[in-house]
Amino acid sequence: MIWSKHSISSPSASAEPAPVDKLVLWLLRGGAGIAAALVLLILLFVTVESWPALRHISVERFLTDPSWNPGESKYNLAPMLSGTLYAAGGALLLATPLGIASALFIAYYASPRTAGIYRRLIELLAGIPSVVYGFWGLTTLVPLINQLHPPGASLLAGILVLTLMILPTITLTAHAALLAVPGEYLRGAAALGMSRWGMIHGVALPASKTGIVAGIMLATGRAIGETMAVLMVTGNVVRHADSLFDPVRTLAANIVLEMAYAMNDHRAALFVSGLTLMLLVMVLSGVAGWLGRTRHV
Amino acid sequence: MKPALTLIMRYMLFAIALLLGSGWSLSGNAASQKLILTGASTIAPLAGEIARRFESLHPSLRVDVQTGGSARGISDARNGIASIGMVSRTLKPEENDLHAHTIAWDGVGIILHANNQVTALSQQQMIGIYTGNIVNWKAVGGQDAPITVVNKAEGRSTLELFLNYLKLKNSDIKPHVIIGDNAQGVKTVAGNPNAISYVSIGAAEYEITRGTAIKLLPLDGVAASVVNVRNGTFPLSRPLNLVTRGAPQGLIRDFIEFARSEQVHDLVEAQYFVPISVR
Amino acid sequence: MSETVSVKLIHAHRDRFAQLTICFVAFLVCAAFVWIVSDLVRGGWAHLSWDFLVDSPRDAGRAGGIGPILVSTALILLIALMAALPLGWMTAALLAEYVSASGGFGYAVRYSLQVLAGVPSIVFGLFGNAFFSIYLGMGFSILSGGLTLACMLLPILVSTAESGLRAVPDAYRLSAAALGMSRATTLFRLLLPAAAPALAAGLLLGIGRAMAETAALLFTSGYVDRMPGSLLDSGRSLAIHIFDLSMNVSGGDAPAHASALVLIVALLLINMVAMWFTIGWQRRRIVSE
Repeated sequence: MIWSKHSISSPSASAEPAPVDKLVLWLLRGGAGIAAALVLLILLFVTVESWPALRHISVERFLTDPSWNPGESKYNLAPMLSGTLYAAGGALLLATPLGIASALFIAYYASPRTAGIYRRLIELLAGIPSVVYGFWGLTTLVPLINQLHPPGASLLAGILVLTLMILPTITLTAHAALLAVPGEYLRGAAALGMSRWGMIHGVALPASKTGIVAGIMLATGRAIGETMAVLMVTGNVVRHADSLFDPVRTLAANIVLEMAYAMNDHRAALFVSGLTLMLLVMVLSGVAGWLGRTRHV
Repeated sequence: MKPALTLIMRYMLFAIALLLGSGWSLSGNAASQKLILTGASTIAPLAGEIARRFESLHPSLRVDVQTGGSARGISDARNGIASIGMVSRTLKPEENDLHAHTIAWDGVGIILHANNQVTALSQQQMIGIYTGNIVNWKAVGGQDAPITVVNKAEGRSTLELFLNYLKLKNSDIKPHVIIGDNAQGVKTVAGNPNAISYVSIGAAEYEITRGTAIKLLPLDGVAASVVNVRNGTFPLSRPLNLVTRGAPQGLIRDFIEFARSEQVHDLVEAQYFVPISVR
Repeated sequence: MSETVSVKLIHAHRDRFAQLTICFVAFLVCAAFVWIVSDLVRGGWAHLSWDFLVDSPRDAGRAGGIGPILVSTALILLIALMAALPLGWMTAALLAEYVSASGGFGYAVRYSLQVLAGVPSIVFGLFGNAFFSIYLGMGFSILSGGLTLACMLLPILVSTAESGLRAVPDAYRLSAAALGMSRATTLFRLLLPAAAPALAAGLLLGIGRAMAETAALLFTSGYVDRMPGSLLDSGRSLAIHIFDLSMNVSGGDAPAHASALVLIVALLLINMVAMWFTIGWQRRRIVSE
């Protein structure tokens, strides 16, 4: 486009904009301002609420206290941080190959009809509420794992449920990135006599790499912030997990589990959990946004 | 020229209509006054039943009961979010700015799955199990299966009472699963034949009569039953309190008096708690 | 010659292997989906009936139905949309029509919405509890739950509406400018109606997201499972009902399955209508050009 929309639709400088235009513009600015201020408001309130804990308890105590026992003024968040990262990391390890393979299936392997149906199915998976995944994990996965290795509610159950939840995100973003690969690349590769896998591996995947990585970042954010499903299947013991069958508690689950029962410093420490979570996700979405932008340049 | 303004006007009218509508339905639904109770999940089912009976006597009143644990009952009553807090233990010395009104008594009992062969545990054995020194049911006379230790999350008064009884600190306990409410404890144990947990006796007996696959263990040789809580021989018993900021007045006082009166004894007993005047 | 043949053979094998793996993965995902859905249907179908949809829950939800819970869910949704729609669409109109993408204000708004989209729902719950329930004194109410959800929905509504507005052909704007229409008239009479299907699709996506939400509502709209008398009453949403039944009520699995089934069917319907809107919109665009 040669002209920006701005210059097209504002009549030339000769005509003073109608008063109603000014009014509307200010209204819109006001609305957008509120929308933009919301993030700051959230950050402000979460920080204000966690302030008592940050003031009473030095920051390193959140990592070095012997345990998480707010009743005994011990506030170690490290096991929950590790639990969050293990669960999210495990889910990513599983969901990334599955998701990319699903996207390749839709884009290059399935017939158009099958691809359409499969894509719809993935979209449906994306629409299932997290509490339903958690419920299913609780009634189906946990008893299964319990037979394998009690108590069943474990890191493994959390990873499996999270995998199912972030798989659609990875698949759909990877598929969009694959669609954006210019057709002439693929036709060129085909003309060179490359095999289908050679084409995918040598041309399509490298060309869509940044888009796929941005999708994985989004999925990571979701996995870290996911609350209900994880809360329902991981057993919620505050401890560094030694194996896949150990129970863990994530930062988000910690908030739900104790918030209703917490007062004073304990409550503030839970807001610190929330703040940590928010900062983690903000960094991730920042990285994802940056990756997305470099792709367009 | 005007579409923007008309649109905004229309939207405002709609919003006002909705708010008025809800205001009207508020008076239509007759809830011109409201009491909010928050706190202990142990008391909440009982308080809900009492509230419904109280509402039927006072048609212009609505009583909302929210669960959240004794700690929340204390804090909500303190900062005025709730008219009445529910606290399932005696108040601590630092909480004496609040007024407590006991409405019933309850005990805390150890529960196992109904199929577990173990019929009694000594205090030492329980300490061993909860601190992770005994990890197999075989060691306490059961079958050869690993023990799943179920503990409660921070802030629950059952946890405080239980720790007090075993003279342990929460950081000494090596749990496998952490749960929130009594009902979740019952559900976890009913779903896992090798689990052990502790819950309100009232909640446990209520579930047992509904056919849930759990059983209560005796403590110090005293059977965990409503009868033994009533006659005071059961070692782990506690008052169920309603707490208020300042002396209760008006409707709040009426509700508390109603909850302590004989008119609700059948409700208290239906939840397997012990009414105050009996004890 | 034989060398190239063997290389070709290796390539063919690798190709075959890749194809098998990918098809297997696709099958695996389908199987997981079928597993989940069949579990839910098997567990909940028998419990589902008209009475279940309209009755009040009794005995902590083991018996009775989900009538008041559906009403609370609908009210929470209504509040959330009433707050988020005007704000979201205003923001979208500003971003798409009035400010340039790289300008300071536009960039700030866009960036903060991007951050907002990534904030975990439990953090919205914490914020809603601290701000709406306690600071603004709304307590545990449908109102504070709805407003918390509104904050959550904002990024989705803005991004769908913005892309809808951007997709309206520039010819519309040019013709309107040539006719001397004011920008406000152009926006309200021409651009918003032209983008209506996209707005509707975004709206439905938002409804879907809001209905599925649990964590943000736990500490804002509360647990009370009775028919709400006003917007300041606490009301339990369907997702929280499922959570409560499955975690806290032994013997609550059958009604939990049935409630989950109701929720999923509702979400499916919403998704389908949203998709129908999007497809219809794309077709119209093709015809109009």
